[in-house]
Amino acid sequence: MNSRVSHIAFNTFREAVRDRVLYNLIAFAVLLCGTAILVGEISIDIERLVVVNLGLTAVSLFGVVIAIFIGIGLVSKEIDKRTLYTVLSRPVRRWEFVVGKFFGLTGTLVVNTLFMACGVFLALLYVAHKFEKADVWILAALYFIVLQFLIVCALALFFSSFSTPLMSAVFTFALFVIGSLAEDLRGFARITHGLEGWVATAIAYLVPNFSALNVITQVAHGDAVPGQLILYNSVYALLYSAMAISAAVLIFQRRNLK
Amino acid sequence: MAAIEILDLEKNYLVGFWRKQPKLALRPLRLTIEEGEVFGFLGPNGAGKTTTLKLLMGLVYPTAGSMRILGMDIDDPRVKSQIGFLPEQPYFYDHLTARELLNYYAQLSGVTAKARSARVEAMLSRMGLSDASGLQLRKFSKGMLQRVGLAQAVLHDPKVVFLDEPMSGLDPMGRREVRDLIQQLRSERKTVFFSTHILSDAEALCDRVGVIYQGELRGVGAVKELTSLKHGQVELVFYAQGRQLPAGFSALGGQTRISGDVVNLVLPEEQQDAALETLRLNRLKLISLTPVRSSLEEYYVQKLSPSNAPQQEIGKGAGA
Repeated sequence: MNSRVSHIAFNTFREAVRDRVLYNLIAFAVLLCGTAILVGEISIDIERLVVVNLGLTAVSLFGVVIAIFIGIGLVSKEIDKRTLYTVLSRPVRRWEFVVGKFFGLTGTLVVNTLFMACGVFLALLYVAHKFEKADVWILAALYFIVLQFLIVCALALFFSSFSTPLMSAVFTFALFVIGSLAEDLRGFARITHGLEGWVATAIAYLVPNFSALNVITQVAHGDAVPGQLILYNSVYALLYSAMAISAAVLIFQRRNLK
Repeated sequence: MAAIEILDLEKNYLVGFWRKQPKLALRPLRLTIEEGEVFGFLGPNGAGKTTTLKLLMGLVYPTAGSMRILGMDIDDPRVKSQIGFLPEQPYFYDHLTARELLNYYAQLSGVTAKARSARVEAMLSRMGLSDASGLQLRKFSKGMLQRVGLAQAVLHDPKVVFLDEPMSGLDPMGRREVRDLIQQLRSERKTVFFSTHILSDAEALCDRVGVIYQGELRGVGAVKELTSLKHGQVELVFYAQGRQLPAGFSALGGQTRISGDVVNLVLPEEQQDAALETLRLNRLKLISLTPVRSSLEEYYVQKLSPSNAPQQEIGKGAGA
């Protein structure tokens, strides 16, 4: 990685780590895992299913909230507080700044996910007393969750490059919700014809397909995640994020920093 | 070689919601600043000083015109490693300590890892921040933040330093420190371009000044020339008991200002001996006798006055 990008990424990571809101969210996630354990205790023979389902959903939701919450302010906060002026007056290109910010936030989310994943596995060990072979697929589900974060971060950054933080949060969250229903949307597009069919198909394929990145129910039941899906999802998430980041860079590149 | 060349630089902003209208922020500006020069960019708030600096830093894009720094176009990546910038009322990453912040900026400026630590420590010491270097910036006072701002601007040993209102909001000691730093930069043959509306600072520090008003450069001049002697006039300052001008002085003519027991009398040079004799006869105590100089303030006020016809000094006139 370009050294300036890595310095900006590290500073973004350090800022997030020193931000108390982040710690609160982690604590909240841990609390949710505690709830999962409680629910697991009162469930009969489905403790694993409940813990994996609740735990991974919590990891996903808290991560998405953090991604949106920090992502929308990554660039706009720097413009508002004018911290950007002393960065861009150095040999730093605008695209390096945006990409550095993106990597910093995704790095934060990866570390955050690692901590939350530890909580999920500890909860699982607590209710099941041992790990099973199928638990390895939880790692695949966690990997997909991280891929979701990549896309959400990129979208938050994209929207914040031309919109207010509030509107960026609304747009990003709306796309996350719609994207989580992308498979249903594609199904709807298949049965719709004419102009509506075209529009539905365009929207279905334009929104990020978060539903393909959600295998929580599958792994909660101990089902395997096909290698092909892992490959497909990896390529899809990387391309989608790259496109959103490129669009953010293009907009930011032209922007007057008043 | 010219350190900064601004060629017909113009900036309009589009304002309005539905039907955007261009709002003029900077009329075509042409200005040349030589290497090693300390240049003061004067003007009231909203005159276009910060816009010019932002254009030079590449933070906003010009509507027309071009800029060159050290002979290179400002889009040339090499330019940025040769310049330092202090924005107006700087705000920094307050989660960082002063040492971490300077280290971060040194990294971004391409200071080698080997030299970085020594450079950062030297700068903290130079700015009197060594004791507070481990504190997060959110705990810093405004004056301390300004010192951090100055430190980051010169940290990487740039050849050209841009300072936007560096004395703004500082106490007398803070202002003195900034003045000392600019003097030091001058002695190191750095080019300094700073904006201010504090004329006494500009008069004390600058080789040349430019006055900008309503986005238009109204004039450029050398401080030495602008504050040169007004031939034929002296200022006599003395104590006068009873707050009244002794009778003998009225006949000498000149302009009188009485403040408490102190009298300021500006009179023709040829009346100087007569005035001193009157002083001696009345047994009054002389405080000072000095030749009258023009002030930068007079020049500034003149350039800002509505009667001053818009004037764009072109080429060498606006340059060195």
